[in-house]
Amino acid sequence: MNAKQNKAIQVMGLQKSYKTVHVLKGVDFEVEKGSIFALLGSNGAGKTTIIKILTTLLKQDGGTATVNGFDVAAKADLVRQSISLTGQFAAVDEILTGRENLIMIANLRHLKNPRQIAEDLLNRFGLSDAADRRVSTYSGGMRRRLDIAMSLVGNPQVIFLDEPTTGLDPEGRIEVWKTVKALAANGTTVFLTTQYLEEAEQLADRIVILHEGKIIANGTLADLKKLFPPAKVEYIEKQPSLEDVFLAIVGKKEEN
Amino acid sequence: MQATKKYYFSDMGVMLSRSMRHIFRSMDTIMTVTITPIAMMLLFVYVFGGAIQTGTANYVNYLLPGIMLIAIASGISYTAYRLFLDMQSGIFDRFHSMPIARSAALWGHVLTSLVSNAISVMVIILVALIMGFRSPAGVLSWLAVAGILALFTLALTWIAAIAGLSAKSMDGATGFAYPIIFLPFISSAFVPTASMPKVVRAFAENQPVTSIVDAIRALLSNQPVGSELWVALAWCVGIMVVAYFFAMRIYQKRV
Ligand SMILES: Nc1ncnc2c1ncn2[C@@H]1O[C@H](COP(=O)(O)OP(=O)(O)OP(=O)(O)O)[C@@H](O)[C@H]1O
Ligand SMILES: [Mg+2]
Repeated sequence: MNAKQNKAIQVMGLQKSYKTVHVLKGVDFEVEKGSIFALLGSNGAGKTTIIKILTTLLKQDGGTATVNGFDVAAKADLVRQSISLTGQFAAVDEILTGRENLIMIANLRHLKNPRQIAEDLLNRFGLSDAADRRVSTYSGGMRRRLDIAMSLVGNPQVIFLDEPTTGLDPEGRIEVWKTVKALAANGTTVFLTTQYLEEAEQLADRIVILHEGKIIANGTLADLKKLFPPAKVEYIEKQPSLEDVFLAIVGKKEEN
Repeated sequence: MQATKKYYFSDMGVMLSRSMRHIFRSMDTIMTVTITPIAMMLLFVYVFGGAIQTGTANYVNYLLPGIMLIAIASGISYTAYRLFLDMQSGIFDRFHSMPIARSAALWGHVLTSLVSNAISVMVIILVALIMGFRSPAGVLSWLAVAGILALFTLALTWIAAIAGLSAKSMDGATGFAYPIIFLPFISSAFVPTASMPKVVRAFAENQPVTSIVDAIRALLSNQPVGSELWVALAWCVGIMVVAYFFAMRIYQKRV
């Protein structure tokens, strides 16, 4: 019972096919409350598909998934009250201003004081100066920051970020990382997907790697590094990066 | 469940105010929607009008109902366009992962379509007044006209929703409107159907636009409205129900 309550997300035997492609072939993992969880995978691995199922946008073909203790298929409404989603492609309204975007979300979450909430988030994300400009004039990085800020409206317990730093410059990336760490420090559970192994290394308490429809590795960074063949004496200075681990595991699987 | 029901209208209000902002920030769409029908009205009244025998002294009076329908038909292609953009941009994903009723986002677009088309129809009536349009109709008749136009807009809006939700490209999303814009030309909108060749006439007299145009024309000129009113209503409601059904099915599948 107790163990269950510590889990923000539980996924068991998840299956999903699109017409002809079998994308998820039985995916299992669990996410601890208040942790940062990174789902790694290359293009087309099915990361977005998993996020869409967990955020109730898509129905799985098989298996179960619960978020915040609620089944995503049966209790979609309760799941939606516990989460927020920052999708792979910025979900901001280009014609509205940054402030109006935030107020709109606060209104949709039926919060008191939408103006104050918007003001606070604009300050926190360094968007105060651009607050009353249309989002269509924002840079890619500003848009992404607004996108994430919109997801924080109402302090949801579980936050999903689908490739939050893709397309950002190094500075923007570091900013997003800071935000993510601050969220987790406040007890929010963060589920993120990324193609950047370095990002997972930087942020995640737990990392899983999705490859060909299955989870092929699941553990802390230290666990994953153990999977990698010990560094040879000649190269002793270089620790394996997650990238090496990933390539090694994928390479091994393909040999089999 | 409770929460989404309790806030249904408030959520829809937020969606409506969002897309109304879109409209007022791109007044050029209202211009584009009204300019072609107005140009047509000028052309028909001042260029062809003298040669057209309608049996009415004031050709603007005769023409206005059809022009309003053309304006609405081109207006709804923007509804499809806005819906298509929302589907593409991922903002619907954000809305649908929030605890709000799923249909609120779609209804926001539908209501916006009603309001924006009402605005363009009013602009066109204003221009028609300047061109000499006069109507002896009373408040009740005008309300009836507004009701028919609203139903017509809703019917076409749900067709637009099908296009906007299922289109793969921008052209696909907006292209469906062209045949609808063309329908008034083969109707009683510009000339009486009696002047048309037999086959064309048979089509013209049995397609929705003729009955709608005739009903509005009768109401605006204080003539007795007969069965054409019921035929017009039946067309509008029928198209609306069928299109609504298909649009909702596609919407539920897509999101
Ligand atoms: N609606 C769909 N219809 C058909 N196939 C789809 C659909 N959505 C995704 N796919 C396919 O499913 C697979 C997984 O897609 P998904 O978007 O989940 O991958 P991803 O890991 O998020 O990739 P990326 O890193 O490129 O975002 C891909 O092969 C993709 O082509
Ligand atoms: Mg993806």
